[in-house]
Amino acid sequence: MFKIVNKSILGKEETGIYRIVIDAPRIARTRHAGQFVVLRTNEQGERIPLTICDADPVAGTFTLVFQAVGKSTMQLGKMNVGDNIQDVLGPLGRPTHIENYGTVVCIGGGIGIAPVHPIAQAMKQAGNKVISIIGARSKDLLILEEEMRRASNELLVTTDDGSYVRKGFTSDVLKEVINRPEKIDLVVAIGPVPMMRVISDITRSYGIKTMVSLNPIMLDATGMCGVCRVTVGGKTQFACVDGPEFDGHLVDFGELQKRLTTYLKDEKIAVEKYKHNPSCVDLAIAAQNQTK
Amino acid sequence: MPKEKIQRQKMPEQKPQERIKNFNEVPFGYSAEIAMKEANRCLQCKKPLCVKGCPVEVAIPEFVKLVSEGKFVEASRKIKETNALPAICGRVCPQEDQCEKVCIVGKKDKPVAVGALERFVSDLERNNNAIKIPDIPEKKNRKVAVVGSGPAGLTCAGDLALKGYDVTVFEALHKSGGVLVYGIPEFRLPKVIVQSEVDYLSMLGVKVETNMLIGRIATISDLFNEGFSSVFVGTGAGLPLFLHIPGENLIGVFSANEYLTRVNLMKAYLFPEYDTPIIRSRRVAVVGAGNVAMDSARTALRLGAEKVYLVYRRSRDEMPARIDEIHHAEEEGIDFQLLTNPIEILGKDGYVRAMKCLRMQLGEPDDSGRRRPIPIKGSEFEMEVDIVVVAIGNGPNPLLLRATPEIELNQWGNIKADTETLATTKKGVYAGGDIVTGAATVIAAMGQGKIAARSIDRFITT
Ligand SMILES: Cc1cc2nc3c(=O)[nH]c(=O)nc-3n(C[C@H](O)[C@H](O)[C@H](O)COP(=O)(O)OP(=O)(O)OC[C@H]3O[C@@H](n4cnc5c(N)ncnc54)[C@H](O)[C@@H]3O)c2cc1C
Ligand SMILES: Cc1cc2nc3c(=O)[nH]c(=O)nc-3n(C[C@H](O)[C@H](O)[C@H](O)COP(=O)(O)OP(=O)(O)OC[C@H]3O[C@@H](n4cnc5c(N)ncnc54)[C@H](O)[C@@H]3O)c2cc1C
Ligand code: SF4
Ligand code: SF4
Ligand code: FES
Repeated sequence: MFKIVNKSILGKEETGIYRIVIDAPRIARTRHAGQFVVLRTNEQGERIPLTICDADPVAGTFTLVFQAVGKSTMQLGKMNVGDNIQDVLGPLGRPTHIENYGTVVCIGGGIGIAPVHPIAQAMKQAGNKVISIIGARSKDLLILEEEMRRASNELLVTTDDGSYVRKGFTSDVLKEVINRPEKIDLVVAIGPVPMMRVISDITRSYGIKTMVSLNPIMLDATGMCGVCRVTVGGKTQFACVDGPEFDGHLVDFGELQKRLTTYLKDEKIAVEKYKHNPSCVDLAIAAQNQTK
Repeated sequence: MPKEKIQRQKMPEQKPQERIKNFNEVPFGYSAEIAMKEANRCLQCKKPLCVKGCPVEVAIPEFVKLVSEGKFVEASRKIKETNALPAICGRVCPQEDQCEKVCIVGKKDKPVAVGALERFVSDLERNNNAIKIPDIPEKKNRKVAVVGSGPAGLTCAGDLALKGYDVTVFEALHKSGGVLVYGIPEFRLPKVIVQSEVDYLSMLGVKVETNMLIGRIATISDLFNEGFSSVFVGTGAGLPLFLHIPGENLIGVFSANEYLTRVNLMKAYLFPEYDTPIIRSRRVAVVGAGNVAMDSARTALRLGAEKVYLVYRRSRDEMPARIDEIHHAEEEGIDFQLLTNPIEILGKDGYVRAMKCLRMQLGEPDDSGRRRPIPIKGSEFEMEVDIVVVAIGNGPNPLLLRATPEIELNQWGNIKADTETLATTKKGVYAGGDIVTGAATVIAAMGQGKIAARSIDRFITT
């Protein structure tokens, strides 16, 4: 079992964005930027993938940032410091390829800011000039602004509704950056599928290499089940082992978006049931902590 | 009374109409009385052919004799001298191709039900808490790592523990047992049985570390650096093969691995009690005809499907599944569409709507000696289904092997291991089970686990 050693709420309470720090020395020691874990909160739980946003190899801990969007993430959000997570498997996925490209634009949309943060950090450390663009639907949902500023040479912020800094999508800001005289060598974009799709369309027309991190439904995340398959350059790839990062210009985003809706109906059932009767699962977690 | 007069004893089982509504085990097993009656059919051959038919050479006449005398626990212990997992093998071995195939009684009559007897005595031993821990020789103070907790890994770990080694099993999933827990369904192999085998290993002092994907969290070289003297790789054949036909990424197309894992490992049939969902559909097509296909088709029925097709491009004679499974599937009403080959999956709004197939006929024998199926011109038709489960086989998962280039692979991506010792091309690393042989059987994987344990012992002590 894996103990939660720190927990904080990012932004406003109602937005349900959490940061938790988990005690897992081996993962903390071996993980690289771009990798993720799969966790299961309790014995009845499903296996959900979450990106490793930071790690402290000395303290033996790593950090997750997630948004409570369905039953599993809601339940995880309710867990507190000292609680134990049943299973954590990781690090998973291929690490981001980090080298000195020159100028790199790192784009994070919504909760995607969390996974782009370690990449921006690593890119800057490798000697790149890092221009970061972060955006969210509104001010309350914008996370990790200060962390991103530290990880970048320049930070540009936008909100969909204009409630903070400026109105517009991250893609609008990217177009402006592209129109500057300076050459861009690489774009890294992580966020909702529609965002990654639009960004990839833009950079394709300018011939700028673009990396996106895909978030298909996953189950085992060891390459055994194939549910995470995505089409990249006309070929089927398993995102959990071949990715999660791929060349954005080659990804079939339409297929990914569609496949993400597979269990929409069931997810609603699970959330409804949980909202009406959270006690049974929460008791299970309590029991789990007793045994520890 | 001449022995041949006794008929082979049938195992009582759940009625088909009942059992397709639940996930409980289908056969109930023998009673003591039936078991003794069946054991009496054995001729106690001086040169027992049956033993040659068993990959781990279970002492069949000896244990069957003990059964006929009512010494059930002793019988179980006799089997365990060469087979550590009899409750599992009794249920899933393809007996008709192994021990029972060559049984002399089978020449004129039906063979002795070796598998059913094996199952009976080991269940009895377990249910009476009569499982005995053998004496373990002095600890050797040397560590061995086993990667993968399928039948190959578990057997290798058990044998090494019995030789006094300090064994740690590393398993990627959150539960150990390999295909026995994530693939083979509850109604065929209850998970409490697998768990009890794993618990038995713990009693022998084997440590099991789940949630450890070797190749990512640690490489094999890391394991040596951490003080392990030798490593056994038993990672199985866990890479799902797809048909590579149009429409395969539509919603509703599953690999059998995904379909079965959701149901078995994650208990999706208990959703929303358990959080993992699965598509419950009305009409299902399962492609393939091995055990994996039968398991998927019968699982679909139990999830409430009204119609389940099993689509196979060859004929009945070539179906690779165990005979019991084929019978059970037919009894339950699975519709076998033989000599039929899928060529496209058709969708509507991203969801499966139908599968387009061609009828086939058998031509000349191919490389495998089986008659090659050839398409019949103009025989195209659409099978209306809402999910498709692809169960055409599994290849080796490349993850660990990509991280360990020193281990040489053959042309199919399986590990090249010495046929005698199961040594790989990396010093101190041995391999066995499906990762070496390609998808095979539980008992074959166990047999290799045993050989590797012997080789590892020799490697460390010499
Ligand atoms: C490699 C990878 C890394 C990820 N990293 C993070 C992360 O760092 N932080 C974070 O908050 N989320 C991350 N996700 C998404 C996260 O896994 C899902 O939000 C989570 O599984 C939802 O589970 P749930 O039971 O709470 O919600 P569900 O009830 O399962 O889903 C609720 C809603 O979320 C959508 N959804 C379901 N699964 C996904 C998914 N895989 N991706 C996107 N939307 C999904 C559903 O369509 C539905 O609308 C990542 C996904 C992948 C594949
Ligand atoms: C649905 C189904 C039904 C079957 N029915 C029968 C039957 O009736 N009779 C029969 O004899 N055979 C049957 N088989 C075949 C039989 O189950 C296999 O031949 C046998 O399980 C192979 O054993 P193994 O130990 O080699 O590998 P597996 O059982 O595949 O176990 C390998 C284990 O290694 C783990 N692993 C993989 N990679 C790593 C890694 N990098 N790090 C850590 N762990 C890792 C996996 O998670 C898995 O738990 C069936 C197979 C399936 C899929
Ligand atoms: S292990 Fe399998 S093949 Fe051997 S005797 Fe038992 S059932 Fe027969
Ligand atoms: S071959 Fe048949 S009859 Fe002879 S010992 Fe074996 S099981 Fe008994
Ligand atoms: S999640 Fe199962 S293969 Fe990727």
